[in-house]
Order: sequence, then C-alpha cells, then structure tokens
Amino acid sequence: MSSQGSEFKSNSAIVNWIEYRLPVFSFMNGQLNEYPTPKNLNYMWNFGSLAGIVLVIMIATGITLAMHYTAHVDYAFDSVERIMRDVNYGWLIRYIHMNGGSFFFIVVYIHIFRGLYYGSYKAPREILWIIGVFILLAMMATAFMGYVLPWGQMSFWGATVITNLFSAFPIIGESVVEWLWGGFVVDNPTLNRFYALHYLLPFVIVGLVFVHLWALHVHHSNNPTGVEIKNLGEDTIPFHPYYTIKDLFGLGVLLIFFAGFVFYAPNYMGHPDNYIEANPLVTPAHIVPEWYFLPFYAILRAFTADFFLYWPVSWLISAKLAGVLAMFGSILLFVLLPWLDTSRVRSCRYRPVYRYFFWIFLIDCIVLGVVGGKPAEGVWVTIGQIATFWYFFHLVILTPLIGWLETPKPLPESISASVLQDNPAAQPAE
Amino acid sequence: MSDTAAGADQAHQAADGAGHDGADGNAEIDEKTRRDFLIMSTAAVGGVGAAMAVWPLIDQMNPAKDTLALASTEVDLSPIEVGQSITVVWRGKPVFIRRRSAEEIKAAEDVKLADLVDPQSDKDRVQKPEWLIMVGVCTHLGCIPLGQKSSDPKGEFGGWFCPCHGSHYDTSGRIRKGPAPTNLPVPGYEFLQDTVVKIG
Repeated sequence: MSSQGSEFKSNSAIVNWIEYRLPVFSFMNGQLNEYPTPKNLNYMWNFGSLAGIVLVIMIATGITLAMHYTAHVDYAFDSVERIMRDVNYGWLIRYIHMNGGSFFFIVVYIHIFRGLYYGSYKAPREILWIIGVFILLAMMATAFMGYVLPWGQMSFWGATVITNLFSAFPIIGESVVEWLWGGFVVDNPTLNRFYALHYLLPFVIVGLVFVHLWALHVHHSNNPTGVEIKNLGEDTIPFHPYYTIKDLFGLGVLLIFFAGFVFYAPNYMGHPDNYIEANPLVTPAHIVPEWYFLPFYAILRAFTADFFLYWPVSWLISAKLAGVLAMFGSILLFVLLPWLDTSRVRSCRYRPVYRYFFWIFLIDCIVLGVVGGKPAEGVWVTIGQIATFWYFFHLVILTPLIGWLETPKPLPESISASVLQDNPAAQPAE
Repeated sequence: MSDTAAGADQAHQAADGAGHDGADGNAEIDEKTRRDFLIMSTAAVGGVGAAMAVWPLIDQMNPAKDTLALASTEVDLSPIEVGQSITVVWRGKPVFIRRRSAEEIKAAEDVKLADLVDPQSDKDRVQKPEWLIMVGVCTHLGCIPLGQKSSDPKGEFGGWFCPCHGSHYDTSGRIRKGPAPTNLPVPGYEFLQDTVVKIG
C-alpha cells in the first residue's frame, strides 16, 4: 500500500504542503484511486460499497430526525407523528430512515451470502470476515433499539420480548433484565437509554467499517475464481474509474428500488400495529419482529420441550435458555466459519458438491424467515424445527465434512487466465 | 546487560536511596524483582481503581430511587362480583385480581401436582381461595395473557392464554401447556380489610 502511495505527486503547492504534514492525499490515492482490484469482479461485489452508502444515508437522516424527536414515553409517539405531518419533509426523511433500515439489511445479507458462495472468509481474510460478523451484530442492536423509539405497540412489545430473552439465564437473568430496563417494565428509562445507544452505535459501526476496509485492503478483494492475485499488472485494474463507475451503476439500480418503497409502499415492510401508541397493559394478538430478524426469531421459537435438538441439554438448561443460546449461537457460529470450512478451494464455482448445499442453506434461511413470521402453531412449528436443525447441521457437520470429501474442479492458473479462457477474443495484442 | 550498564544502574539506584541493600552483586536480579513488583502492584491498584470507577456507569442503569419508591398499590375489592376480574397496575406491571367461582377453585385444587410443569398447590398461591392475585405477565417473554375479560380466550385450562407464543394457564394461574417455564408469579400482598388489599 505504501508503495502505491509513495508514487503520489501533485502540482498543487497546497496539496503538497498538507501531504508533507499529513499524507492524506497519497493515502486516498492509494486506497480509492489506484487501489488494485481484481479485474473479474461481478455485480455481487457491489454490495459492500452499497452497504457503506446506505450507512451514510441512515446517519444523515437519523441525525435530522433526532432534531425533532422527543425521547419520553408521553411525547415520543406524538413527536414522530409531528415529524410525519408538520416538520418540513419530515415524512420523507422518516420514510427514508425506516426503509433504509430494511435496505441496509437487504444489502448486507446479499453481501454476506456473496462471501459465503465465493469463500471470502478463508485465509488470509478471517479477521476481515469476523469484523463483518461484529458489524452485523452492531447493526442488529441498532435496528432493534431504533424500532423502539416511535413507541408504538410493536415498539413496546418487541422491546419487552427481546429484553426478556435475558431472563432465561439462571440466577442473574432477572437482575440483568431490570438493569436493562432501569425499572420493572419497559418504561421511560428504557426509552431514554435506547435512544442514547441508537445514536451512538452507528458511529461504532463506522469505526468497525474502517477496520473492515483496512483488513480488506491488506490482502485485496477476493474474486469469483477465489484465486489470489498473482500479478498486479495482469490480474488487477485500478479501483478508479473501473469500479467507482460499476458501483455507481449498482447504486442507481438500488436507489430505484429504494425510492419505489419510500414513495409507493413506505409501510410495506412495517407493521400497522406500530401506529397504535404503546399500551403496557395490552399485548397485540400477533407479535412479530421486523422481517430481517425473522430467521433468528424462528430459531428462538423452535426450541420447545419436545424439540429433539433440545433433548441432549434438557437435563441442564430450560428450553427457553436453549432457544436464546441457539439464536445468539446461530450468528456467532459465523465467527468460526473460516475454520469449520475445511476445503482449501474458496469459490463454489470449483466446488461441485458444496455449491448445491450453499443454495440449500440459502433456501433454509428463507424458510426460517417465513416460519418466523407465522404464529407458533401447527405445521409451522415442525417446519421451523426442521429448518433450525438444518441450519446448524449445515454449518457444524456438513461444511467440514464436504470440505474433506469433495473433489474440487481444477482451478484456473490465475485471474487473468480465467478471464481469457471465458473470452478468448479478449487476448491482449502482443 | 553489560558490566558498565549494570554499574550505572546500581549507581542510579544508590542515588535514589531508599531500600537499596548495597553492592552485593545481585543488583541486576534485585532490580528486576523490584521493578516487576512495582509494575504488578501499580497494575493491580490501577485495575481495581478502574473497575470501581466503572461501577457507577453500570449501576446508573439499575432502577432509580423514584422508580423503586412506587413499590406498593392499594386496591378496593368490593365492586368485584364472583367470576369477575380486574387488572391493576403495580410497579408498571399489570396485576390480575380474580374473584374465583366455586367451580374454578375446585378445578384448581383438584389438579394433581404431578401433572404440573411447575408444581405448586393452589393453596400455596392464594391467601383466600376466593381471591387469586398474581402478576399478569407471561413468564415466557413478558406478554400480557388474555383471559381477564369474559369475551377473551382463556386457553385449554379455563384460565389465561398468552397470544404471543401460546402458553396456557389454569384457574390458579399455573402454566399447563406452551413454552412458558413457570407459573404466573404471586406478588407479596396483604389484606388490610376484608375487601382492601395492599400489593407490594
């Protein structure tokens, strides 16, 4: 990196004056302009920068909403309605922020599954991947607390159910929950602290994103072949203009869908119950979290006394605690993924067996999402339990096993060789 | 460390004075153990100090004094007819008070303890069998069970039913079916008069 930076020269005396004292221009030039990027990246590689842009949109709209929001149980709901009706463009800013939350998760989930398919988590990118898991966790905490702020029925009861998860821990559980609440129920102290943390956490995410990019730029992007860069001249192209323009095109497409939701279906991904002010004495008939939490919610609810995955631990912990641990474990397992996947081949392009199981795993996650949105009764319980079993079976058993047993297809010699093989006409003139 | 450097250290230490045990040839070892001791004790004191300084930042999130002060509620039971329920607020939580009918009391008392998820006899849950008083918060994840109004679903055991995740409670508020782990808790309460109860 420093070698790219050292070649930086400017004609501007001001730039050179600053550069001598703080080498920010050579840094930007090295990381965003000349930064060598594999030349075969497909559109799946757009979603990292798209996530970054959505984060900026969320912070910009969030700070402006904070200028009008009142974090008090008596005023919160009305202050949000005032934003919707009276504040200039308040409706627009809030709808962008509301739907932006959903789009952040859409973009990040695609980004994660891209990493899963192309093996982007494997050496030497384990830390890059693990920081990504932490970003996901920080996003979930931020989104959960943000959803509480409008103080509607779903806000209140979502907060109640999720904070009650911690009561599953023996002995300390009850005190932990009261500590989280600052009282004996979700109330004004809870709303205040959630607001403070909802404002803080996005900046923590910004910090994590910087470390994520730092780790990325040490070993450069993975690519669809999963083969490392061997020759900077043959295998890479500069980030600018090639990928700035490709990312901008992707952004245009994303914004079309985003604007579609904001202007034509702003409440499609929300719940009507959240337009009823919170009532601590009446629980809505059907509580569901936001869609991006549904797969994890399904895992939580799958653990009932008669679920066979619970039997081995039933002598030790309650089904409720098992569900809570499984839910957190379903995300934390991704920290171990670089070591659970025993295959030395990164990309599923060259993994004829694992590739199919990748798609089954993706479908399994979608099934969990559907089940999480249904009432916990009848056939949905069974489907949820089977899908929960498969989720863990895939990560803990199948992933190491297939890595050992599978015979991968031959890998291309280099990124460049793979590109030329796909398109012989692209042979450079000698 | 070379001889000269050790000598210089020793001289430096001697100049510092206190606690130096003279030029006995073990100055280097002596220096190391003393430095280790100073580093470890400084780290220990600093660590304890930091932990103590963090505690107020953690404890501020616990219920404040004014929150704790709202600890008891008095309720007049005289308007409640047999078979009726009311919900009162205690510490921000709903408390279910039900004037049970003779059949409900009999149903609650007849249950064998072996059939219960969280075994507790009905007489351990009430002071007067007619009055069932308990915190109306589902022990699963904190929703409010239905069953207070006569039109509400009361579950398979004629008591309360939690709509969130399908927990069924009987006429004593004990968990009979569904994911909730324990019975609806009975708060501390006392009868001030025949028809006035103080909760908390």
